Amino acid sequence: MSVSGDPAPRRPAFRFERWAPLILLGGAFAIYVVVAFATGQAQYLTFENLIAILGRSIALGITAIGQTFVILVASIDLSVASLISATAVLASVIMDGEPGMILPAVLAALALGGVVGLVNGLVVSGLKVNPLIATLGMSLIIQGCLSAFVSNFAGAVPAEFQVFAYGQLGPFPFALLFLLALAVLAWAVLRFTKFGSDMYAVGGSEEAARFAGIKAGRVLVLSHVICSVCAAIAGLYLASRLRSGAPWIGSDGVYDLESIAVVVIGGTVLAGGRGGIWGTMAGMLIFSLIDSVFNIAGVDSFAKQVLRGVIIVAAVAFYAIRSKRIVA
Amino acid sequence: MTAPVIEMRGITKTFPGVRALSDVSFDVRAGEVQALVGENGAGKSTLIKILSGVYRADSGEVRLGGTPVHFSHPVESLAAGIAVIYQEFSLLPERTVAQNLFLGREPRTRFGLIDARRMREESREALSLFAAAGRIDPDRLVGELDVATQQVVEIAKAVSTGARVVVMDEPTAALNEAECEELFAAVDTLRGRGVAIIYITHRMREITRLADRVTVLKDGEIAARFDEVPEPGAIVRAMVGRDIEDFYAPPARPEEIGAPVLAVRGGGNDRLRDIDLEVRAGEIVGLAGIQGAGRVALAMALFGEAPFDRGEVTLDGETVSFRTPRAAIRGGVGLLPGDRKSEGLVLMQSVRDNGMLTSRAFASPLSSHRRNANGDLGGMDRLLDGMEIRAANYDQDIRALSGGNQQKAIVARWLSMRPRLLIFIEPTRGIDVNSKAGIYHLMRDLAREGAGILMISSDLPEVIGVADRVLVMQEGRIVAEFPHGASEQEVMHAATGERGVAA
Repeated sequence: MSVSGDPAPRRPAFRFERWAPLILLGGAFAIYVVVAFATGQAQYLTFENLIAILGRSIALGITAIGQTFVILVASIDLSVASLISATAVLASVIMDGEPGMILPAVLAALALGGVVGLVNGLVVSGLKVNPLIATLGMSLIIQGCLSAFVSNFAGAVPAEFQVFAYGQLGPFPFALLFLLALAVLAWAVLRFTKFGSDMYAVGGSEEAARFAGIKAGRVLVLSHVICSVCAAIAGLYLASRLRSGAPWIGSDGVYDLESIAVVVIGGTVLAGGRGGIWGTMAGMLIFSLIDSVFNIAGVDSFAKQVLRGVIIVAAVAFYAIRSKRIVA
Repeated sequence: MTAPVIEMRGITKTFPGVRALSDVSFDVRAGEVQALVGENGAGKSTLIKILSGVYRADSGEVRLGGTPVHFSHPVESLAAGIAVIYQEFSLLPERTVAQNLFLGREPRTRFGLIDARRMREESREALSLFAAAGRIDPDRLVGELDVATQQVVEIAKAVSTGARVVVMDEPTAALNEAECEELFAAVDTLRGRGVAIIYITHRMREITRLADRVTVLKDGEIAARFDEVPEPGAIVRAMVGRDIEDFYAPPARPEEIGAPVLAVRGGGNDRLRDIDLEVRAGEIVGLAGIQGAGRVALAMALFGEAPFDRGEVTLDGETVSFRTPRAAIRGGVGLLPGDRKSEGLVLMQSVRDNGMLTSRAFASPLSSHRRNANGDLGGMDRLLDGMEIRAANYDQDIRALSGGNQQKAIVARWLSMRPRLLIFIEPTRGIDVNSKAGIYHLMRDLAREGAGILMISSDLPEVIGVADRVLVMQEGRIVAEFPHGASEQEVMHAATGERGVAA
């Protein structure tokens, strides 16, 4: 360390955290390619197959975009899985095979998401309930209500609405383009609007945000609304894909924990204030690539579960060690 | 003289059981630095909180530019042009300088989106007032800047909000000498622009350097008001109500100094080189140097946190090599960390539990929490009593105690381990004058009982006043040694000057 000498401007250091999701994604992709060759299944390395891989994680991606918003403001949402089931069932029951009921069903599902998010946000910001507990409680409430009314697939989704999940625009599935558009929209909100800037401030330091005159409570509530509306959209997508809604689809997909894992692997800090949408998208890709690797390598489904757990923890540890900051 | 920007008249504030302020009047004029001094608990923060609208006064009035104002939230006072810069920064480390400067009031384009370009330009303009500006890129993340630069950003933020009054609460607490100068220059700039500055500090040197007028608070009342900066003794007398003579404990008499407790020969690691060092029983050795000179690295090497990888260390004549703090503590080394809140204390636990922390850590797994081989609760209470810790009772959470009392509790923790060498890092940081004297006398008492003491402090007068011997470090080496009573200039010169001026 020099004592005298000019205090020359320090060059901005290579910020590892910023590129880590991309590095991890590159690693996951390399593993995928290697495994495909090693098992003699190079036929999987096609454009169509990559698109198919992506197509399997659309619901997770939509949910994770919403989850990114709440985690950025240092909150969390464990109620997304139950909400996905609830909106899928609600939409499917309202539609009941009638194309004319598509619009009311979609609006009802989105409204349900908005209300759930509003309640989550108000309980967390107004009643100061820890978000883990508040949203876990919400999850139990939703699941309980849902199970009281339906116990199996209920209602039916008309063919017109199945376009959402199965439609194609050229070589691209419609849903994949929708996910991309949603991600771009979310990115733009975070990057260019005052609301986005306020979110980073509230997540970084609620105190500092309030002293700057930011209405922290409102920002928190709005983030929860966005998260729940995203979960509702994911529910609509799954209803379209499965052609009907069932009360277990959300919990079966473990969308609550997986969406959080995807966000964290994408470099958004659980403590809030740092991260972004493209990291989350990278996290989603990493997850789907890992799944595909397991599939082509023929890994047993229980072992798959164990390995996923290991990978999530290892990825977070990777950040913690490399960036030497509190990550999770 | 110009009319005051801020006038506070007859401010009285009572909290349940405590009269925090009684009939305090205070004013600040444009373009002056008014130093507000007083011990912790004298009412400085309460006064500022009333000014900024965090608290409401029971009686009295606040006038801003001659008009009475009533703020009920800090946001209102900020909008009226009063910016308070707190000790804990209100900057977001993960956002850029520009984003921080315009937090909550971002300029927008006509589409309602954030106008990043204008934000960057206006940031550059706001920063250009300060000498450090050349080094501050508006696009840098605040977390990547050093503390002094962050403080400049904080000040620039206050200026860019159009603040007419800036309050700084002990702004140099975390700064080294060079960084302090940078901050002083920034304060001068503000004064030059006609901003009224209220500057809260404990350090006499800063008052002499910066203040135009001085107001001393004691026990919630104005103890003295100086329209010109008096000699430091007068301020201290007004603050403490007694003379400075017995502020530092007397140095060790020759017969009080015994055999070497610690000896290091040729010690080094990636941050330290050629360390030769001796600390004798009954002796307080001070380590001076600028930030990054290796003083804390040396402490961490001795404490096993970042061990030496070459050289020899002996403790009471035995060769030792500590690879972990646990080994060092076993060997009889104690360390009082520089950052009390994060490294020294378990804030949510009681005073007594904090005192027992190390003793329990080294107890057998089967011993109870009340009694172990190192001592028991009764013994801890006696140690705490002996140190005259001011607490409602020892079951109280330690975070409710003042910094001085917290520090004493950490000393008590080490005493229960009967260490041979105690390392104090910044022992009086953020502690008021009276408690400082208490800590100095405590250190002297520990030395008299036969411990060797190594003290690191960025407060130069303190090192010189307390230590029997001052070692100066520079670039990971010990470059000079001075006996008790060296002048500040000599030590400063050795700490910042060219190598090889060793005495």
